[in-house]
Amino acid sequence: MSGFARFWEILIAKLPVFLPYLLKGALVTLKITGATLVVAALFGLVLALMQRSRLRVLGVVSAAYIEIMRSVPVLTTLFVIYFGLASIGIQLPSFIAAVIGLGMLGAAYMAEIIRAGIEAVHHGQREAAVSLGMTPAQAMRFIVLPQALRVIVAPTANYTIGLLKDTAIVSTVAAPELLFAAKTLVSQTILPMQVYMLTAGIYLAMSWPLARAAHYLEARLSRGV
Amino acid sequence: MSPTDHSAPPMVRVVDLHKQFGDHEVLRGVSVDVAMGEKIAIIGPSGAGKSTLLRCINYLERPQRGHIFLDGVLVGERQENGHYVQVSERDLAPVRAQMGMVFQRFNLFPHLTALQNVAISPHRVLGLPKAEAESRASELLDKVGLSGKTHAFPEKLSGGQQQRVAIARALAMRPKLMLFDEATSALDPELIGEVLEVIRTLAREGMTMLIVTHEMHFAEDVADRVLFMDDGVIVEEGGPHVIFRAPQHERTRAFLRAVLQR
Amino acid sequence: MDQLIAGYADSLGVWLPPLARAAKFTLNIALLSILVGAVAGLLLALLKMSRRPILRRPADLYIEVIRGTPALAQLYIVYFGLAGVGLTLDNVTAAVVALGLNAAAYMAEIYRAGIESVHAGQREAAMSLGMTPLQALRFIVLPQAWRVVLPPGANLGIAVLKDTSLASAIATPELMSRAYDLVGQTWRPMPIYIVVAIMYMAMCLPLGQLVHHLERSVKRSDVRIAKAPARWRQRVSAT
Repeated sequence: MSGFARFWEILIAKLPVFLPYLLKGALVTLKITGATLVVAALFGLVLALMQRSRLRVLGVVSAAYIEIMRSVPVLTTLFVIYFGLASIGIQLPSFIAAVIGLGMLGAAYMAEIIRAGIEAVHHGQREAAVSLGMTPAQAMRFIVLPQALRVIVAPTANYTIGLLKDTAIVSTVAAPELLFAAKTLVSQTILPMQVYMLTAGIYLAMSWPLARAAHYLEARLSRGV
Repeated sequence: MSPTDHSAPPMVRVVDLHKQFGDHEVLRGVSVDVAMGEKIAIIGPSGAGKSTLLRCINYLERPQRGHIFLDGVLVGERQENGHYVQVSERDLAPVRAQMGMVFQRFNLFPHLTALQNVAISPHRVLGLPKAEAESRASELLDKVGLSGKTHAFPEKLSGGQQQRVAIARALAMRPKLMLFDEATSALDPELIGEVLEVIRTLAREGMTMLIVTHEMHFAEDVADRVLFMDDGVIVEEGGPHVIFRAPQHERTRAFLRAVLQR
Repeated sequence: MDQLIAGYADSLGVWLPPLARAAKFTLNIALLSILVGAVAGLLLALLKMSRRPILRRPADLYIEVIRGTPALAQLYIVYFGLAGVGLTLDNVTAAVVALGLNAAAYMAEIYRAGIESVHAGQREAAMSLGMTPLQALRFIVLPQAWRVVLPPGANLGIAVLKDTSLASAIATPELMSRAYDLVGQTWRPMPIYIVVAIMYMAMCLPLGQLVHHLERSVKRSDVRIAKAPARWRQRVSAT
């Protein structure tokens, strides 16, 4: 039992040194998550609208993009953007490469979420809008999308939780987020178990409130349908 | 009822309309002229094509054959080197703005208040400043008897109230023509009267209307002309006193017998 | 242009054999991890559905922790963390253990949903016949549940396949790892990683089609949907 006790002894002793260092990384994690969410939502909206366009080409391109992004690991996409672009002269800072890489995949997920949200809005709404003389774009902007938002929020919250965890992957391209900070700390202190467990704890501290929020949103918004 | 002017060109002209869904032909060559200020009631059994006719007039449905004219202007098509070409949804917006449609299921915008429902199109489509649009909306809600409910959301309104908001919403665009697609069919019986009253008022004021309805007494009361449709064609048309009292065709008689047995 | 293509063809000829072998290794690791996940997941599901808190709470806690932390961090804990407290695993075992235990947490929820989808009356009928709860589960409930479990389970399998790429971070000799080495030798990251992406697509897309097929066959046989009236089916809106 003394090995177990020793473990916790060391962890508690090192806490004041480890925690601030890791929390700096956690802040970067949150920044990457936020930036990616915005990119994914915007790009995903474009993809969703492409699928509903009358031009079949746009729909096909959008669907193909989504299928491809969902069949390739994030790590691979990230390496293509970080290392691949670097080899042809475009060296992106790891934060930017991270947001682009994660955002490309995120757009595919958000496109599906948004599309489902739009389809959940009764078609009579669009009909009433265009009967009043609104163009399809106006109908989408003022009538359909605002209502679609209610259906989109809960899955988006779920996606965000997955995104938060996926940011750990960008540690492989030395983006200064939480897991990268952890790796650096381990290489300096040779206390992998303590450091990684603390790191896991910090991830939990970030994801758990998000999970509760998602749960709450799901329950509240499904009521008034 | 205000007099109908038959000397001027018709407000609506429908020419040989054909519409099918898949391989089911719903409209098999329908033609009708509606004069300005005329009130047309369209009756008939389910599946006769009554709603589809209305929905083709504002091009919510695109016919396979036939043409629609609103006040002399082609609807949903343009002419190109002697051919007719159907236009895009975007290009339909301006002409649809000249027609008002009231749906069976109201289709009010749930995320907007009654006032906002009525004001949004004058503001966004006609470009009226927000204050002016809302002032117009306020007047119209007053007119349909809902002055106290301007800030209520649709979910708080009864069916009859919602439908009256829907009528005000359509009127806010100052349309040349009103299309009523079974406007009272989804209402509880005790709420039907208030909506019919609003439609009557509009009729008295001279609005050109096409009304698809199952309310036979109302149709007889309000209409200048009644169309009986069955199986995709207009079987018989004439003044209400003719259609309801002395129908010529057996199908018309059979339908009226079945419906008026209540 | 022809020279460029010929040059690429030559390079591909050099790269493809080692990458293909590594892809095979990827599939093997994925399969093993899925197996671990399927078995451990079932165990977790049963614990989670137990009426005894002493069994239920640890299971719930485990699932919450796994689902709230990144898979890569879990991998590091299994490989580096355990080594730091005396238990050293080789990078293949560590990958399978970490990915498997990760998958188990998600499989538990899939099993639970599948088991609950089987009508309660089935279990009651089984028990009325004298079966123990475990027998009822084994002979009556699970055989019906697995059809509902299979589509989401297969989706999870595809996710595990993609997650094997994470094992490259601990130098497990799977596809991304091999690609990384190859890039180190040739300095041609763009074509190599794109080829790798295509290889993952070649593995995942057919599996995705299979899942689609499974989803449809489950829908058809299970749910008696009344045929929609002909008019509605043919209604084409004027978009």
